[in-house]
Amino acid sequence: MDDSFTMGQHTSQQFDRELEAVRTKALTMGGLVEAQCEKAIEALVKGDGALAEAVALGDLPINALEVEISAECMDILARRQPAASDLRMILSVIRLVADLERVGDEAEKIGRLAAALADSRTRSDFVSSPRHLGSSVVSMLRDALDAFARLDVEAAVAVAARDADIDQEFESVTRLMLTHVMEEPQQVKNMLRVNWCARAMERIGDHAENICEEVIFLVRGSDVRHLSIEEIQARFAPGTPA
Amino acid sequence: MSAVSVTANGTGAVDAQAAAGEESAGFDIEHAEATEDFETTGTPFVDNPKMSARNVNVYYGEKHAIMNVSLDIGQNEVIAMIGPSGCGKSTFLRTLNRMNDIIPICRVEGNITLDEEDIYTSGQDTVLLRARVGMVFQKPNPFPKSIYENVAYGARIHGLAQSKAEMDEIVENSLRRASLFDEVKDNLDKPGTGLSGGQQQRLCIARAIAVSPEVILMDEPCSALDPIATARIEELIDELKEKFTIAIVTHSMQQAARVSQRTAYFHLGRLIEVGETKDVFTMPRHQLTENYITGRFG
Repeated sequence: MDDSFTMGQHTSQQFDRELEAVRTKALTMGGLVEAQCEKAIEALVKGDGALAEAVALGDLPINALEVEISAECMDILARRQPAASDLRMILSVIRLVADLERVGDEAEKIGRLAAALADSRTRSDFVSSPRHLGSSVVSMLRDALDAFARLDVEAAVAVAARDADIDQEFESVTRLMLTHVMEEPQQVKNMLRVNWCARAMERIGDHAENICEEVIFLVRGSDVRHLSIEEIQARFAPGTPA
Repeated sequence: MSAVSVTANGTGAVDAQAAAGEESAGFDIEHAEATEDFETTGTPFVDNPKMSARNVNVYYGEKHAIMNVSLDIGQNEVIAMIGPSGCGKSTFLRTLNRMNDIIPICRVEGNITLDEEDIYTSGQDTVLLRARVGMVFQKPNPFPKSIYENVAYGARIHGLAQSKAEMDEIVENSLRRASLFDEVKDNLDKPGTGLSGGQQQRLCIARAIAVSPEVILMDEPCSALDPIATARIEELIDELKEKFTIAIVTHSMQQAARVSQRTAYFHLGRLIEVGETKDVFTMPRHQLTENYITGRFG
């Protein structure tokens, strides 16, 4: 991104404030969601039942923010009839908060499963198998939100490409669980729980990829949903190794 | 809380260099000389032009009001011309039927064709030209005559009707096409000036289409009308484009977005950008267009 250019203010400064408020709020929501994911994974890996319960309850303020931000976006659409970059900003914020809300749901899911696993008092090594997957997903989400905040297309493309690794890692967690099932069939219920957690993490990666696509839409005006990552790289980050 | 940070300029503004495209780089329009080369961004030319303007320059005395504008008006399209006051959009519109001829200090250079024929030749009959390229103005300006006579006037001077019956038909058809007939059919002998503003404007549109023009120029046709009258005119524009080619100058960007297929953005006498309306309003390529339609002008 070329930082040498800064766009002028609207003639209506109130409009500037409204846009800025909605965007800041969306990024705040992103911060909350990211913290939820971090805690959920920590609760799972460490077997911290209290933290897991807290995560399961922590989704409420995120849902409230989604409703609030959506209402503000609707208000701006109705009253300002934004066009061009303003319109794309509002549309991408609407999509961003929808993705964030879903990420929040996945974190809540991990929290509930982590609480159940902590309760079952059958701590085993396999519970922390998705540790690395979890930290990859959280950093991908963080970097996606960062690309959104900085309107950085190049970073967005690079972050989106990381979803392939996440998918692969989820596959290997699943394979690992299958091996464990064969070794300790009495633990199958808990192993399924761990796999569901891994599945939730994989979904968070998909939402982080969506956020990256929203950055490209917002900055470049192209809808890249449903394009392969190779196509996206070719169009928006030529020169990146595929 | 997280690594998320807010951008330095804090406006939520987009990477404008990308939004603006490469074309805008390096040309300082505010300080450019009138003679400096400037290339319009987008698609000023079409495959089936009804009218074509090439390298048009307009001067009011010393003032260089239009600078080297080239633009096609496509067959049966509605093209909207937008831009801040004094950008030259109305001046350009008026070159299309030589309306500027009546301003003594006005000088037009360049080439403008209608169906590939030059309209600025000395032999061109401007009355005939304006029958083919009609005009609707900002303020409704019916003649101080009856509703019937307002519509019949042009058709009569151009000898379009051989009998009273034929003239009645022209008047009725024109009023119908302007969606006014049902409201005035019992009062055709009443003065046109007694109608409401919106009705008067539709009467002026009926008067313009009574002479079977090919192109209709509209110069802010709704700026004196309320939202309902405006909506009726916009609905009418949509119907009229089946038969006519329409160029409309408007201060309302929403109106341009609603009625037109292509939008042309003028700024300080230059044609900055032309494109499909849906693209111009979602992803303009030139920074100046972006600034204007997002309300960042001035």
